[in-house]
Amino acid sequence: MLEIKDLHASIEDKKILNGINLKVNAGEVHAIMGPNGSGKSTLASVIAGKEEFEIKKGSLALDGENLEDLDPEERAHKGIFLSFQYPVEIPGVSVTNFMKTAINASRKARGLEDMPANQMLKLIREKSEMLEIDRKFLSRSLNEGFSGGEKKRNEIFQMAMLEPKLAILDETDSGLDIDALRIVANGVNKLRGKDNAIIVITHYQRLLEYIVPDFVHVLHDGKIVKSGSKELALELEEKGYDWIKQEAIV
Amino acid sequence: MAYTEEELKKELETKEYEYGFYTDIESDTFPKGLSEDIVRAISKKKNEPEWMTEWRLEAFRGWEKMEEPEWANVHYEKPDFQAISYYSAPKAADPNKSLEDVDPDLLEMYRKLGISVDEQKKLQNVAVDIVVDSVSVATTFKKTLAEKGIIFMPISEAIQEHPELVKKYMGTVVPTTDNFYAALNSAVFTDGSFCYIPKGVKCPMELSTYFRINEGGTGQFERTLVIADEGSYVSYLEGCTAPSRDENQLHAAVVELIALDDAEIKYSTVQNWFPGNKEGKGGVYNFVTKRGLCETNSKISWTQVETGSAVTWKYPSCILKGNNSVGEFYSIAVTNNFQQADTGTKMIHLGKNTKSTIISKGISAGKSQNSYRGLVQIGSRAENARNFSQCDSLLMGNECGAHTFPYIEAKNRTAQIEHEATTSKIGEDQIFYCNQRGIDTEKAIALIVNGFSKEVLNKLPMEFAVEAQKLLEISLEGSVG
Repeated sequence: MLEIKDLHASIEDKKILNGINLKVNAGEVHAIMGPNGSGKSTLASVIAGKEEFEIKKGSLALDGENLEDLDPEERAHKGIFLSFQYPVEIPGVSVTNFMKTAINASRKARGLEDMPANQMLKLIREKSEMLEIDRKFLSRSLNEGFSGGEKKRNEIFQMAMLEPKLAILDETDSGLDIDALRIVANGVNKLRGKDNAIIVITHYQRLLEYIVPDFVHVLHDGKIVKSGSKELALELEEKGYDWIKQEAIV
Repeated sequence: MAYTEEELKKELETKEYEYGFYTDIESDTFPKGLSEDIVRAISKKKNEPEWMTEWRLEAFRGWEKMEEPEWANVHYEKPDFQAISYYSAPKAADPNKSLEDVDPDLLEMYRKLGISVDEQKKLQNVAVDIVVDSVSVATTFKKTLAEKGIIFMPISEAIQEHPELVKKYMGTVVPTTDNFYAALNSAVFTDGSFCYIPKGVKCPMELSTYFRINEGGTGQFERTLVIADEGSYVSYLEGCTAPSRDENQLHAAVVELIALDDAEIKYSTVQNWFPGNKEGKGGVYNFVTKRGLCETNSKISWTQVETGSAVTWKYPSCILKGNNSVGEFYSIAVTNNFQQADTGTKMIHLGKNTKSTIISKGISAGKSQNSYRGLVQIGSRAENARNFSQCDSLLMGNECGAHTFPYIEAKNRTAQIEHEATTSKIGEDQIFYCNQRGIDTEKAIALIVNGFSKEVLNKLPMEFAVEAQKLLEISLEGSVG
């Protein structure tokens, strides 16, 4: 589904990604771990198409189609979703209205009519129940005055609503207490399927106890320095990242 | 605050709005210039009674002694008042004109507004039978209104048919000598609307000026007079809803509202005159005087969405004369490219327990300048007067400006006055966030701007709100990236 080859990217001439190779197939969950500043969030932003990052070398493709020339919204229409580490606030725009706009924008791109109101209503009801979201929450301005946990839960709610092909969860566990973490992880697990894939970016092994990955990759200095199964995450938890850093130098 | 299933459903409704708007009709015009003779000629053409002619002449003589105000935060070349024609009457459409003759930019704008080709033809006066249409529309309404005793007609007709009302109220809220433009308007106004709601009557429908405009083919000096008699209610909508490319350089209207005891007037405007092109050429100078007088227990609420005009000078105000009267001002002013707006309100508290609320949302883009100017005045006898003002500015890009000039004068110690102001900027992070959810940049800006303006948009009647949202979108097109 997603194929990244020898990807180099920089921001304002500062190199951040130094040759990433990653292949994600439908039905798989990949975890990307690594110390601060290793390039995890940059990788997420580059896949989503954030303009300030410049691709210097290499390629990234979704279902064989090169993504480089596509705008962020076009990538979203193709089914790429990014759960932001720091979701922004949009005052005066309710969660409901925002979702309606987003869903209909993607439908329009696929040549479909706006989703009928009753269908949208059903979808909202279903997904908000799944994520144990209070109805009142949906009328609030997007992320405005939300707690850290509410913001993250809202991101996963959006993911559930948009049903992406490839979801990238950037530090979704940060700011979540254990109960919220369980709810969010349950939600994500319910969204796992044979036709979609998930990339989980995280610092800690904790989230991976709930969202069990098929593969774990360790990022260091903008490169994947180690890949393995879910056991690798446990090993990292135990030994810390210094172990990887040393190994990388060797 | 509960968020019921009903509310959720409502928010999800895709409300289709039928645009039914029209534009001015090509006109026969008077020779250019202004003199007592021209004023007399206008009055004669309108077949006005002697008192009206005298009223105009007095205004004209006052105007001659006045100077154009310069205190506003706007810069423009002053109009040559002798180079303007002060009277125009509608002329039949040119049958040879086709859509190909129309400015392609304008057609593109119509397309975005979702106006059909037929409608576009109408707007461009290509094949016009809308006058007939709208007259019939107006007649249907008139019957319903007449049953309730409501008078709603062009002011020129009101001068003929209800001279006692016009004579009693016209110029009482905005005197002929009030200011330079009001004096000019008083001398040369050609038409406008007149509305009278009898005692205790709740007007059953929103009164709108758009068919009135078609009826009268009014020019650039409109005069509106709305009188809500004791205990009555009216909601009045004003505005050319179409992106009307008014080539007239000067638009100087006067609106007077009178809310007698226990009456309520809600006055909503969507102003969308031609703002000038991207280089700042052309566009309308919109110098408007709007003021309302509130008697005991009455309420006047102004809501305005200002997206057009090259220069806007406009301060819809309330004189809270009666005890317990309420004044409200809700405003969205958008400026883009080289537009300049100096707009706000005056709340003059004279009576006891008077209350006023001011919510102003300024949105600046391009190289535009957007100023809020407001006066809250508490008279010495206005015990327990209260005011709340909130002025928010949203900036797009680095070349525009937002300014706030709040004036407060309190002569009574019991007054409570609150003023809040914020300035924010649309961030790239906000736009990327929307993009990532599949919303393109233009739509994202519209969404953010609509969110910013929500408190004011909510005050508009539904159809107007939908339209205003689209207008905001169009006005800000291409302003980021």
